Amino acid sequence: MANDATQSIHDPATAGEDQYLTFILAEEEYGVDILRVQEIKGWERPTPLPNTPDYIRGVINVRGMIVPIIDMRLRFGMEPMDYGPTTVVIMLRVVGEERERVMGVVVDAVSEVYSIGADNLQPAPDFGTRIGVNFVRGLATVEEQMILVLDIDTLLGPGLIASADAIEAEATA
Amino acid sequence: MAKVLVVDDSASMRQMVAFTLKQAGHEVVEGRDGKDGLSKAQGAKADLVITDVNMPAMDGLQLTRELRKLGGYKFTPILVLTTEAGPEKKQEGKAAGATGWLVKPFDPDQLMNTVNRVLR
Amino acid sequence: MSIDMAQFIDAFLEESFEGLERMETELLALDGGDPETLNTIFRCAHSIKGGAGTFGFGAISGFTHGVETLLDRMRNGEQEAAPETVNLLLRAVDTLRAQLHAARDGGEADAAEVAEVRTLIEAHLGDAAPTGRPADNHGVADSGGADAPADGNRTGPRGWRIHFQPYADLMRTGNDPLRMFEVLEELGTLSVHCETDRLPDNADAFDPEDCHLAWTLELEGDATRDQVQEVFEWVEDESDLLIEPLDAVSEPTTEAPPLTPEPAEMGATTPRPPEAPAARGGSGNRGAESSSMRVNAGKIDALIDMVGELVITQSMLTDISDQLEEDPSKIEAQIERLRTGLGELERNTRELQESVMSIRMVPIAQVFNRFPRLVHDISGQLGKQIELTLKGEYTEVDKTVMEHLGDPLVHLVRNAVDHGIEMPDERAAAGKPETGQVTLEAFHRGGNVVIEIRDDGKGMDADRILAKARDAGLVGPNQHLDRHEILQLVFEPGLSTADQVSDLSGRGVGMDVVKKNIRGLGGNVELESEPGKGSRLTIRLPLTLSIMDGQLLKIGDETFVIPLIAIVESLQTLPESVKQAFGKLPLYRLRDEYIPIVDLAALFGRTEPSPLPERALLVVAEADDQRVALRVDDLLGQQQVVIKTLETNFRKVPGTAGATILGDGQVALILDIAGIARMASGRDTRAA
Repeated sequence: MANDATQSIHDPATAGEDQYLTFILAEEEYGVDILRVQEIKGWERPTPLPNTPDYIRGVINVRGMIVPIIDMRLRFGMEPMDYGPTTVVIMLRVVGEERERVMGVVVDAVSEVYSIGADNLQPAPDFGTRIGVNFVRGLATVEEQMILVLDIDTLLGPGLIASADAIEAEATA
Repeated sequence: MAKVLVVDDSASMRQMVAFTLKQAGHEVVEGRDGKDGLSKAQGAKADLVITDVNMPAMDGLQLTRELRKLGGYKFTPILVLTTEAGPEKKQEGKAAGATGWLVKPFDPDQLMNTVNRVLR
Repeated sequence: MSIDMAQFIDAFLEESFEGLERMETELLALDGGDPETLNTIFRCAHSIKGGAGTFGFGAISGFTHGVETLLDRMRNGEQEAAPETVNLLLRAVDTLRAQLHAARDGGEADAAEVAEVRTLIEAHLGDAAPTGRPADNHGVADSGGADAPADGNRTGPRGWRIHFQPYADLMRTGNDPLRMFEVLEELGTLSVHCETDRLPDNADAFDPEDCHLAWTLELEGDATRDQVQEVFEWVEDESDLLIEPLDAVSEPTTEAPPLTPEPAEMGATTPRPPEAPAARGGSGNRGAESSSMRVNAGKIDALIDMVGELVITQSMLTDISDQLEEDPSKIEAQIERLRTGLGELERNTRELQESVMSIRMVPIAQVFNRFPRLVHDISGQLGKQIELTLKGEYTEVDKTVMEHLGDPLVHLVRNAVDHGIEMPDERAAAGKPETGQVTLEAFHRGGNVVIEIRDDGKGMDADRILAKARDAGLVGPNQHLDRHEILQLVFEPGLSTADQVSDLSGRGVGMDVVKKNIRGLGGNVELESEPGKGSRLTIRLPLTLSIMDGQLLKIGDETFVIPLIAIVESLQTLPESVKQAFGKLPLYRLRDEYIPIVDLAALFGRTEPSPLPERALLVVAEADDQRVALRVDDLLGQQQVVIKTLETNFRKVPGTAGATILGDGQVALILDIAGIARMASGRDTRAA
């Protein structure tokens, strides 16, 4: 149902603007579709998983559900930062082909909620090969601030799981 | 609104009959076979009994005979569900004390038409 | 009233499949036509016919009608329960099953087979009586349908005059003239004249339960004679009834045309059911495996009882907290009560958990029941004589286990029948009874469900298995294996012991798949066999998939869980027992066995491999016949843990069998010993 809601909002005929929750990573602001945000939690130490990439910090218990935690800084190859009191985990609903997953992403801090019109979203420039461009939905400017709007289904979807697989396969090969 | 006892060993038939009756605002008590139906009937007086004929433990005809022996069920309408279109089964039913019959297969409308003939 | 019949179809299909299974079982057990058994079989067919008709499966209903008729004759002793009749009925059960499957999945049953079986049944019935065309039966009834203007009925009279004189007993069948009149009133304008002349004169003769009255009713309107007749349908034999057009001159003493219709037309309440299986909306959702299950009502009752207890405990705890608030001075006494209450809560929770888990448990009979038929058919094809014994059918296993157990068991039973049991002459020559025995038994042992498939056939020749395994390169030329180890080779891919490839079970194909399937359920399978005496396959499966007994242990600062069942022993190392293969592959000598020591922290990529301390704590664990000795820092307690999969939100993680949530809310990984053994050997090979 929530899924339908997402789609209807994306339909330019019904609404021109989407709402995004933004968060901070190394002083830059990133946005995710607010309809995918399940909750925001404080940082707690996860249980690490064996032989997974460093950005998969492990799993935590969210009301009886085992949820993986992904460090966004490490995912983007940024400098790691110590987890502090403002460090938060955003629980996101990631829609995959077979099912939905819930995943938590660790960010420096949560910032704002913005409405951004689809026509205010510019295509992302080529970031080079280090960071795939396919998980950037576009760039927007709000109050003179650049916001990178992320496509979490691509960022946290099969690609991430497969890359974790590939790394794991490499490790055990 | 009436209390109807529905006795059938087939859960799907019971469901269908019960659902239809509940839709019409009646209260439904279900029995899995004649024996179960009899004990349910003794537990709470029903205003109408609808029973299948072929059932394990106790068949519908025996159930009808047993019910007629109970004080509270002397005049209670009892409808038997039969697949036989022929007269013998119906007469057997009548002989056992059934009020009338409903021939399977039937649909909810037919069921309600029949029920309305005995529930007023 | 519009009611969507589709909502009942699942239940109908489910009970029909069960009915067919029952029919099959009873048919196979039918010895010479025991009437009670025949009755049961008849009832199953009868229910399917009735349901199929009601829920819009006319063809199935029609087909079943023939089956029912045949069974009816058998139970009445008009037809013999000869083997070929039983076989025909078994075939009909298959055909019906195929039709119901088609109905469920939206496909089509093999029309030729359906028609053939139907013809055979009709031929069996032997007479010209039309069988299996319910449309025929109802066709007759239809002619009396409400709107059918039967011969001259619809002459357009002003209405009808009805003379109705019930017999005294009428009301004793629950019929009530008043209600009939109310129905008539709906058909038009009704005037009622009551005749009281039959009332007894003196009170002694008056029985208030008798009907003493008679009526003459006039119904004006365009109701048909049939409609009027229908109102009196149930009481025709209990009353004198005369229905005549209002326009006609009424003769009081009437030799009027016979008013009672032909008996066959009496089913007039039943117009034809909707013919086509009324567009069964999106049948796609009726997948092969239904996710619904039948639960024994007793289990639900137990659950309700426990919830009741839980509520009591809760109110007790609330009460304690209130008391503490009111009068903190009595804290000592209240703490004692609190402890009791918490103890109670713990017990409730545990019982509730067990009870909820037990709901997933279903008797293994659901799988076992298909084997009598299977063995009957295969032994028939092969010309073997086999007696199948089922034991422990009521042993309960987890529903998921059950669903995945069917195929492996079929394979193993087929093997026993096909390759295990010899031909009768062969058996006689070997001094055995001509009839071979196959036994399928289930029982609980420890935390496991054990299923054994035993036969008294020719057994397995270990030398031949070994020779083949050497040919196939599975066993090195100088490798020594004991007899038990050799026998387990049959589970290796591509090994066969059958002399001939039969069409029943292919050449050894499948035993490896069987083992894989059973492993997938967290179980294992073993073969024992003695040449000339027979074989025994033992399958061990966990009782439930989602709860297990675990040993908690600490490695570094992390807590892990090992399935208790995998633990062989835990021990403190003796320095002289630690060996180093190639200088870096630590092995521990436990009695006569060398077991690789696994540094889990290193294997899981947490730390660099570290040298084994002088005295280390090892947990020796076993899975899939492989043993590993895990280096652990501390052994914590044992407890039942609920297994959660990592795949829900992530993916399978090698070396783990999922995760669980500990009492403090932390997640602990459950170790997959077999996986760790594989990972460890992979690493070690590379390291060496």
